[in-house]
Amino acid sequence: MDLVTPGFGLIFWTTIAFGILVLLLKAFAWKPILNTIKEREDSIDNALKSAEKAREEMKSLQADNEKILAEARAERDAMMKEGRDLRDKTIEAAKETAKIEAEKIITSAREQIELQKKAAMTELKNQVAALSIDMAEKILRRELSDAKQQEALINELLEDIK
Amino acid sequence: MRTTPIFSFLLTLLMTPLFAHQMPIPHDDHEEVTAQVPEIEEKEDVNDVIMHHISDAHDWHIFDWNNHAVSVPLPVILYTEKGLVSFMSSAFHHDDSGKEVVEKNGQRFVKYHEKIYYASSLANADGSYIDFDDEHHALNAKPLDISITKNVASLFVTIFLMLIIFLPAANFYKKNGSQKAPKGIASFVEPLIIYIRDEVALVNIGKKHYLRFTPYLLSLFFFVWLANMLGLMPVIPGGANLTGNIGFTMVLAIFTLLITNFNGKKDYWMHILWMPGVPVPVRLLLAPIEIVGILTKPFALMVRLFANMTAGHIVILSLISLIFVLETIWVSPAAVLLTVFIFVIKVLVAFLQAYIFALLTALFIGQAVEEHAHH
Repeated sequence: MDLVTPGFGLIFWTTIAFGILVLLLKAFAWKPILNTIKEREDSIDNALKSAEKAREEMKSLQADNEKILAEARAERDAMMKEGRDLRDKTIEAAKETAKIEAEKIITSAREQIELQKKAAMTELKNQVAALSIDMAEKILRRELSDAKQQEALINELLEDIK
Repeated sequence: MRTTPIFSFLLTLLMTPLFAHQMPIPHDDHEEVTAQVPEIEEKEDVNDVIMHHISDAHDWHIFDWNNHAVSVPLPVILYTEKGLVSFMSSAFHHDDSGKEVVEKNGQRFVKYHEKIYYASSLANADGSYIDFDDEHHALNAKPLDISITKNVASLFVTIFLMLIIFLPAANFYKKNGSQKAPKGIASFVEPLIIYIRDEVALVNIGKKHYLRFTPYLLSLFFFVWLANMLGLMPVIPGGANLTGNIGFTMVLAIFTLLITNFNGKKDYWMHILWMPGVPVPVRLLLAPIEIVGILTKPFALMVRLFANMTAGHIVILSLISLIFVLETIWVSPAAVLLTVFIFVIKVLVAFLQAYIFALLTALFIGQAVEEHAHH
């Protein structure tokens, strides 16, 4: 049967033509195409990998931020607390100082009063003494006419003073 | 002529349902059939037409006009006793019965059933310059025929198409580098190339060697696919039954055979010649089987592609021929619908066979380069 008898002509031409075709395409088509596709796949791969890395970095960065924020918050709290303490202490100290000052003022006032009182007393005594002398003068002027009576009077007065 | 029993059986099987009632099953030599059943001459013609359509020819027939064949003449190249001789096939004036003698370089040639013979010195009773034996086989000597036949021309067309598809595609990549998405023809071929590389080469051959064989597999796949598709085209530049020609499939199978065996690793040959892990008598038994297996694998490749494409062509032509066989126009809707149906299937088969050829080639190469873990 002709159908299953390979003809020499076609075998001859197919061998040559297909052989050349494979070599031609290998050199000028498949190599550049496959290489470029490979390159592209690699670059896509790399891009994906670096994106993943960036995402990871972002994540760690975010975590860092969180930490820093927390630290800042803690520091602020600490500072505020310190401030409050300082204020309280200052107030306390001021109060203390005020108290001491007040006491000092009171004490000195009291001393002043005492002094004034003493001065007043002295004044009063002097006044009284003056009044007494005045009174005594007046009495003396009236009673001087009688020596005896004078004597009696003087003694009486002296007695009173004692 | 020798026939493969398997193929005869296959062809018979194919033709039986279609031709059982209309015509005798075609035999090795249709002259025989004519002798046996001369009364169905008209129907026998259909068989002739089909066989003519799927065989090779020396000119590229386009259509008939007023009983005149309109065809593209192709160069005839003969390696004769006196060296190379060439002329255009139109010199035979469409004669295929050995009546028209072409004289060239002092030699005389006739064409009989698309074969070129040295013409006999005298014409026989029919007027043809061929001597026949009792079984109507030509006795004349034949020069070595390396003509650009229809199939060879179709082969060149296929190769031309391959080049104008893939060289510009490659140019795109060369020009644009890897940082640009494929466009145009490149975007069409890239998914297929990646598919062949990843699903055919990589899967079957393995990571270590696959890149070495990918160019061959790509060439094979696209070449067979394009040739198949061109074979489905009814008119020039298609219409030749290139991939349904056993000579063509044989060459491809031999390429695969050579590539497979030249790349066979130690393990591959060990498994063929001295199968490890089995007793010695079994090894002795297996070795011849495995050695035959080297040849049967590509042989199956050859027959598979050839039979698939030829069978498809025969089915399509048979369905169309139903109109002429039954001699009624009323069968044409059914015939045309069925033909369209088969045609669609053929488009699928054209791809599938190319894929299977590449896949099995990859599989064989994979087996050859595989390095086994120690047993």
